[in-house]
Amino acid sequence: MSSNPSRVIPIAAAEAASGIEGEGGWLFEKQKKIYPRSVTGTFAKWRWAMVWLTQIMFYGLPWLQWNDRQAVLFDLAARRFYIFGLVLHPQDLVYLAALLIISAYLLFLFTAVAGRLWCGFSCPQTVYTEIFLWVERRFEGDRIARMRLDAAPWSFEKLWRKGGKQAAWIGIGLWTGFTLVGYFTPVKVLWGEAFTMSFGPWEWFWVLFYGFATYGNAGYLREQVCTYMCPYARFQSAMFDRDTLIVSYDPQRGEPRGSRGRKVDPRAKGLGDCIDCGLCVQVCPTGIDIRNGLQYQCISCASCVDVCNEVMDKMNYERGLIRFATQNGLSNRWSSGQTLKRVLRPRVLVYSGVLALICIGFVVSLALRSPFRVDVVRDRGALARLVDDGAVENVYRLQVMNATEATQRYRVSLDGLDGAAISSRADFEVGAAEARWWPVSVQVPHGVARSLGAGAHAIRFRIERLAHGEDGAAVVDEKSTFVVPR
Amino acid sequence: MSDFFNSGWSTFIAIATVGSLVACLALLVIASRRTPMAKDNTTGHVWDQDLVELNNPLPRWWMVLFVLTVVCGGAYVFLYPGLGSSAGTLNWTSTGQYEAEQKKANDAMAAVYARYVAQPAEVLAKDAGAMGIGERLFVNNCAACHGSDARGSKGFPNLTDSDWLYGGSLEAIKETIAKGRTGNMPPMAAAVGSSTDVGNLAHYVLSLSGSPHNAIQANEGRAKFAACAACHGVGGRGNPALGAPNLADKVWLHGWGEDAIVSIVNKGKVNVMPAHDSRLTPGQIHVLGAYVWSLSHGSGTSP
Repeated sequence: MSSNPSRVIPIAAAEAASGIEGEGGWLFEKQKKIYPRSVTGTFAKWRWAMVWLTQIMFYGLPWLQWNDRQAVLFDLAARRFYIFGLVLHPQDLVYLAALLIISAYLLFLFTAVAGRLWCGFSCPQTVYTEIFLWVERRFEGDRIARMRLDAAPWSFEKLWRKGGKQAAWIGIGLWTGFTLVGYFTPVKVLWGEAFTMSFGPWEWFWVLFYGFATYGNAGYLREQVCTYMCPYARFQSAMFDRDTLIVSYDPQRGEPRGSRGRKVDPRAKGLGDCIDCGLCVQVCPTGIDIRNGLQYQCISCASCVDVCNEVMDKMNYERGLIRFATQNGLSNRWSSGQTLKRVLRPRVLVYSGVLALICIGFVVSLALRSPFRVDVVRDRGALARLVDDGAVENVYRLQVMNATEATQRYRVSLDGLDGAAISSRADFEVGAAEARWWPVSVQVPHGVARSLGAGAHAIRFRIERLAHGEDGAAVVDEKSTFVVPR
Repeated sequence: MSDFFNSGWSTFIAIATVGSLVACLALLVIASRRTPMAKDNTTGHVWDQDLVELNNPLPRWWMVLFVLTVVCGGAYVFLYPGLGSSAGTLNWTSTGQYEAEQKKANDAMAAVYARYVAQPAEVLAKDAGAMGIGERLFVNNCAACHGSDARGSKGFPNLTDSDWLYGGSLEAIKETIAKGRTGNMPPMAAAVGSSTDVGNLAHYVLSLSGSPHNAIQANEGRAKFAACAACHGVGGRGNPALGAPNLADKVWLHGWGEDAIVSIVNKGKVNVMPAHDSRLTPGQIHVLGAYVWSLSHGSGTSP
């Protein structure tokens, strides 16, 4: 596979987990608290844009209305999912599968092109951590102030800063839990219940559980989720190759590192461009040093890129000592243009092709979706019965699921078996977004049954939705069998 | 309640369960000992000349969660049936949970049924909500025998016509559903006489409803009908108090024609409608009864 046969992975000696070095270490370690320094710049702007985009959608969707109902509502009790103009039944589960496949291929595609983009910019864990960090900064200040406050003895100031932060965190957590439940219980009903504290038992559970999970994950566990819990974090590295854009420190430009004045020519002192200010480590939300190369903790948030570019500007050096680059690009000293040419490689094209196909299939299938569904179930109690004058009668149950939000009228007719006729009421109504079992009796005259002979004969039911109002006519055909007894 | 064939198994499984829980904790204690580390934070193990193992300890919260799972496991076998045949302190059973869920569902529907129970069949038959409930109850509980279209089949009465074995009032229908019915036609061959007599009797019965028959044989059989008249009435018009079918109409529950009648007279028939009062609540029986009543009274919503 690789072009150079002996690849040496440099292992930088990390400090021992705990205890005295060389003596031994626990196989379990306490979480080291990380104090990420605030950062501004291009990628920070992108991340905040993603925070706004995702959270306006998440917190806002339940409040939208659509034809006198909540626009997006997952009604588990009635087993109906309402998404704007769509009403989905349990039988439409295939769309969920398609959605998950689309999400998976999007992840493959992004990851192959630019590493853990999802992790760094739009994963809820990242987004909520960003929000909670912002709150923390409002109450406790930036990195240094927070470290000092944690080290300081308890005082009134420490109490109100910490207390205010906790109150805000808990508030955001509860609001998040409330919003989640608002997708399953109509949010306006839930809002009313909130004032009288009269949630149902499951509503209480989910509001509190999801709220607590938000508070715990974004407030305390933070990078631990990505490092130890998240399965995607582990297997995304399987989608990397040498042309994947990853946050990289350019050692050939940066080394040997060292501090120097702004007026000094580093080349004259035999130094690289890295001034060893340590800011890239201070801003890192996972507490790693990107200058040791790519590590599995890195979530590609590019905070170190932003902060290093600021430093480079101050020093009047060229930007991009830490940048998004590929392994090939770094080792071959390619410009960014040359690097980007490699984006359209076979793997990316295959991912995009499959993704496009599934997306087109998904949209077309939704657009052509029949406004109602029919299942034909033969009665099992009696296969067939003889009625007056020797005619043979079979009974069927049609389950008709109306996927629209208005009461609809339907009419059943037969096809594929000459002489068969429906001997029960053939037209009926099904209420809005409801399913109804409608019994249908089919008779075949004595003579026809004799000429058909004993056994099962194919028959087709044609169910027609009658046009009314803006709903046009629609037809569904379902196959079944007609049994003639011996 | 033990479902092992001897108590030894129960003890064995209990020991294995508790042993596994203890072993999980023991494993954690053994594995989390301090182990000597080399100066560079590696374990000192080397493979393939240059591959070394870096000490990369698990987070402490992970260990806490591990202990919590063991605690939860212990709590589970204490509270629920987990240790062999012990019932657990909550005395939980799947049947008990089923009944609790059923009770919860019935309580939730009680208000709906309370409104319907007070209404007569004529009113309920026009109520789309009640008929919807009735339709679903019918499909789930009755359609297996009486057919989805309620027209029955051989041996199972048609519920959509106006011919009722026990009377077609809502009260009679509700009693049929709740308590069930046992229709008993005893074998009458001995009381009727020879097989010729039985044949003649069959033709007489056919003649009662004006069905195709041999008039001479029917005349011969007329006298033999005295044995039948006790239940079916002198004119063969049936008796709802006994559930004796009307022989003078064209409804043939157990088959039409001479052979079917001869067979019933010779062998008799015990036909059972099972009782449903243990499966359905009084409210459900009321609404279901009204739905069945509506089938033979041409309501607009039913098939």
